[in-house]
Amino acid sequence: MTKVAGDLTDAPASTRRRPAPFVVTFYRSAIAKKWLMAISGIILLGYVLAHLVGNLKVFLGKDDINHYAEWLRELGEPALPHEVLLWGMRIVLLGAFVIHIVAAYQLTMMNRRARPQAYRSPRDYVAADFASRTMRWTGVIVLLFVIFHLLDLTFGTVNPGYESGNVYRNMIASFERVPVAIAYIVANLALGIHIFHGAWSMFQSLGLNNPRYNAWRRYFAMGFAGAITTGNVAIPLIITTGIYP
Amino acid sequence: MKVTLNVWRQRSPNDGGSFQIYEVDEVSPDMSFLELFDVLNEQLIEKGEEPVAFDHDCREGICGSCSMMINGRAHGPESGTATCQLHMRKFEDGATITVEPWRANAFPIIKDLVVDRSAFDRIVEAGGYITAPTGTASEANLILVPKEVSDAAMDAAACIGCGACVAACPNGAAQLFTAAKIQHLNLLPQGQPERWSRVIDMVDTMEEFFGSCTNHRECEAVCPKEISIDFIALMNRDYIRAQFKQRRLTGQKS
Ligand code: FES
Repeated sequence: MTKVAGDLTDAPASTRRRPAPFVVTFYRSAIAKKWLMAISGIILLGYVLAHLVGNLKVFLGKDDINHYAEWLRELGEPALPHEVLLWGMRIVLLGAFVIHIVAAYQLTMMNRRARPQAYRSPRDYVAADFASRTMRWTGVIVLLFVIFHLLDLTFGTVNPGYESGNVYRNMIASFERVPVAIAYIVANLALGIHIFHGAWSMFQSLGLNNPRYNAWRRYFAMGFAGAITTGNVAIPLIITTGIYP
Repeated sequence: MKVTLNVWRQRSPNDGGSFQIYEVDEVSPDMSFLELFDVLNEQLIEKGEEPVAFDHDCREGICGSCSMMINGRAHGPESGTATCQLHMRKFEDGATITVEPWRANAFPIIKDLVVDRSAFDRIVEAGGYITAPTGTASEANLILVPKEVSDAAMDAAACIGCGACVAACPNGAAQLFTAAKIQHLNLLPQGQPERWSRVIDMVDTMEEFFGSCTNHRECEAVCPKEISIDFIALMNRDYIRAQFKQRRLTGQKS
């Protein structure tokens, strides 16, 4: 109990504590975490799409993709110095990635606590599909893949004969190893399954629900997942099998 | 017809519990699933055994007492139907049927198939009401409500609070129940004064007890009242909007 100077009696004073800052109370809520997962998911979806569009240039040839890679570094010039916008985007991306993963982890733990004792007889799911029930698995696969992918084509640590700036060469060098190409394909199928559920689910988490367009939320998720998976799988598949030189 | 029941028996909340197998003959296809349990319990009483404890009251799908996980599905194989209105003709003659109680941390088992669902009461207490003037009821047409809005509110209000949504949810989340209890008020003009505090208070209370939604849509599929997950989206939207809403007037102290 806090006494206020000048009080004549021992009458109790208010003991109300200052409420926690808004971001703290906001983040405590599971619905807010899901909302943040949807927002960060949108950022990640945008990135995945841009990444694919950029890398499909490998099929246009060495100069095209290497030139594109150089353009990424020049982005925002001359208003911004060299590579600044690229680094800005990387930071936003990393932030989105961290929020997405941390929130997913915390919500998973909350859900485990909500049913400590599993059903003893087999469940008969009606609506939950393969994608929705494997989000945690596909998510972990994608995380592990992203780490490998960065070591392979960004830092070049696990790439045979990495040459900074020569994207074309690095990609070919990586995919000439068949097991690596298979890992890329498997990981991208997992990403596709993850997107199939996530790109639909985010509308619900954001509260975007309108009978006029509800069916399109599913079509959007299917189309997005389909396009991303096809493109991402095509790159290692075509390079490794040597269909395209 | 004849069925074999594989029923969860648990003497008390802290007892381990296990499945017991019972044969029930002379089952009429027109019986409800609860009447099958009445027959079973008569058999057990005649044999001097303890009857199976299960929740039931209205037996016409309006009270939300009945709660059985039948063959891995909340309220059994027929959609839009509570256990009490599920008929035996939905099962094959000679079928083996497994029956379990709802399982969730917030729904502790009291005995056999009976669980304590008072966590739902905590959620409703937190804001599932409106400020209404006392005294005589005012003229019903004083507040006009568009037909579509009253229909939607009625769809949400159809929730009987049985807990099937929690039982079916792989995350043990109570999103569908809470959304229904919030939105049947938040959609109507009478619910507006407490709209933002209601959604915050009820959701926060819900999250003390239950898991979080990952949009599996299992709840909607098993809900005996077929309440739509659209209401969950509306609840999410109201919750986020309420978080950002300035509900205090400028100059007002908290
Ligand atoms: S007993 Fe009342 S709803 Fe089933």
